[in-house]
Amino acid sequence: MSTAVDSRRPGGDSAGAPRGAGQRKSSASLRHRLAERGIDKSLVMLVPAAVFLIALFVYPFTYGIGLTFQPSLLQQEKWGGGIFANYLAFFKDPFVFDSIWLTMRLALPAALINVLASIPVAFKLRGKFRGKRFMTTLLVLPITLGTVLTAQGLLIFAGRQGWLNRFLMEVGIIDAPLQLVNNYIGVLFSLIITGFPFAFLLISSYLSGIDPSLEAAARTLGADWKQRFRRVILPLLAPGLATTFILTFVLAFSVFPSARLVGDAMGSTRVMSLMAFRAFGEQNDYPMASTIAIMMGVVELAVIALVLLWRSFLYKGSTGGKG
Amino acid sequence: MAITASAFESLELKDVGRSFGGHDALVGLNLTIRAGEFIALLGPSGCGKSTALNCLAGLLPLTHGTISIDGKRVDTLPSEKRGFGMVFQNYALFPHLSVEKNVAFGLQMQGTPKAELKARVAEAVALVKLEQHTKKLPGQLSGGQQQRVAIARAVVLQPRLVLMDEPLSNLDAKLRLDMRTEIRRLHQSLGLTTFYVTHDQEEALSLADRLVVLREGRVQQIGTPAELHNKPSNWHVADFMGYRNLIDLTVEAVSGEDVRVSGAGFSLNGHAAQQVHKGESVRLAIRPEDLTVVEPGDSVRDGNTISATVAVVEYQGREFAVGVQTAEGQTLHVRSAHAPQIGDRVTLTVSASRALVYRSSLDEDSAGSTPELEEVRA
Repeated sequence: MSTAVDSRRPGGDSAGAPRGAGQRKSSASLRHRLAERGIDKSLVMLVPAAVFLIALFVYPFTYGIGLTFQPSLLQQEKWGGGIFANYLAFFKDPFVFDSIWLTMRLALPAALINVLASIPVAFKLRGKFRGKRFMTTLLVLPITLGTVLTAQGLLIFAGRQGWLNRFLMEVGIIDAPLQLVNNYIGVLFSLIITGFPFAFLLISSYLSGIDPSLEAAARTLGADWKQRFRRVILPLLAPGLATTFILTFVLAFSVFPSARLVGDAMGSTRVMSLMAFRAFGEQNDYPMASTIAIMMGVVELAVIALVLLWRSFLYKGSTGGKG
Repeated sequence: MAITASAFESLELKDVGRSFGGHDALVGLNLTIRAGEFIALLGPSGCGKSTALNCLAGLLPLTHGTISIDGKRVDTLPSEKRGFGMVFQNYALFPHLSVEKNVAFGLQMQGTPKAELKARVAEAVALVKLEQHTKKLPGQLSGGQQQRVAIARAVVLQPRLVLMDEPLSNLDAKLRLDMRTEIRRLHQSLGLTTFYVTHDQEEALSLADRLVVLREGRVQQIGTPAELHNKPSNWHVADFMGYRNLIDLTVEAVSGEDVRVSGAGFSLNGHAAQQVHKGESVRLAIRPEDLTVVEPGDSVRDGNTISATVAVVEYQGREFAVGVQTAEGQTLHVRSAHAPQIGDRVTLTVSASRALVYRSSLDEDSAGSTPELEEVRA
């Protein structure tokens, strides 16, 4: 701590001191004079947090990036390219490279469905009515279930011998059991079950931030509900939708347990995190695992950047409400 | 002149009521609004005036009663089909749309052709003198400017009726006076029919052609500003109309409309504003302006004198507002041309016609004020 304070002081003073020395001494307190140069001494309290951040995030992260440039001999022989062998492997090995597409194919629809499905639900649950608290609790409950529990539930409920298939066959709607788990659909279901509560909670709070009298005003100006939604609510809600989309997308993109448990781990749900785990756990190729992990981050950042770019064109000011 | 009010003969509210889970917010509102009228709905907060406005706007469904325009029911129409303009207390401007687009919103909903839309928006914006601010967002405008945008947005549609929900309550005192004049000017020059809700009696008296006073969801009195100002129908309306001196007394003698009341250490000749009987406990209402300090050389009016001690003196420009206390501890508000000293003994006087005597209970006078309602509706 003390070293941080010392290292800060000379820096802060040296900026203005040489000139200030010749001038009339300011009568303001030291705190005010520092504040004028944008220095707040109480920022020192951020030091522990900064230390944690450096030790637990920045260092491991840069270490991981460093690892990607130290490919194993096996990779170097197979793909060439010296220190870039891991990246060559990532882009040239279709088994690995295709996982980007496979992950996107899960994460994008899951995030989109979660956001789109949350809008009408959040709308309906906006007003006051009997049983609102119960409904909200019911919708948010899946947050408390871990992904593993959700996957387990899905396997029991929708598996080949699950209740759903047995019921449908008994009733005679289907002849052979439906393949609902251990494939793409199973993972998508599980992502929706776990991601929806997040999207719903976020959108609810964004929606409550919009002044209800705006909608009343639109009504008195002759707008029917479709026009009110499209012209007033949606433009004010859109930045919130973008944020919600990003958060649920990131959640879905790093899917691991459900892709393994209710998915087809080496086939249609061969997501990036599974590939990284395979490189690390099965092939003992730590540098290659790091490379896949870094590429995961790059892809996620690219999607987030696109969404934020779109969001920057939207109105972002006050929405008139309490939020 | 493109912006004019759409024509209709009269709008009739018949026995309009609204209750929220067993609680009556508005009961039996009967009112006929003629085209071109400026009606103010006046009452303390929680009296049901906003409920009445929202019912009229269609933002709240009625629990009973009907609303009709020239005999055609409108209370069954949804809000967006009624063709009423509304100005909200918090303005409710669309924060993501420029001034121009806010004003154009209603016209776009009607599918107005582009050229006509442009012309009408420009005219409405000019009407409220905001030509320089058309491209700004509402957040960049001051409160008064936002209020003007809200008014322009409502009147550009040439509404049959303009509803205003305490539109001036968020403005500072000076701006409030300016906007008051502005609203009255627009009402007259555009020939609008306006229904205005407020808790400010001065605002209501200065703006409206007719006032409706509400208390606990019930109409207390309907009348012109002069009628309400001079002849409140009960002590509650009197209280609201600036009769600050409300004194509980007993009737000593009644002869026609002249009443002699006493109690609280004095006895006065007054005018019975409601029917009262000998021995009944009543409430005497006097405006501070009518109760004056007797200067040396002044004569006492109608033999009415009250002696009291000066307690508070406030300077109010042309005169002084003086708070006095009688020997019995009754506080009275009076006016004086000169500033008396605190602790001075003064004699007060009031003419008998300006000392209004009301029954103490408010409940019975709903029956007493009904004939007046009928008269207004006829």
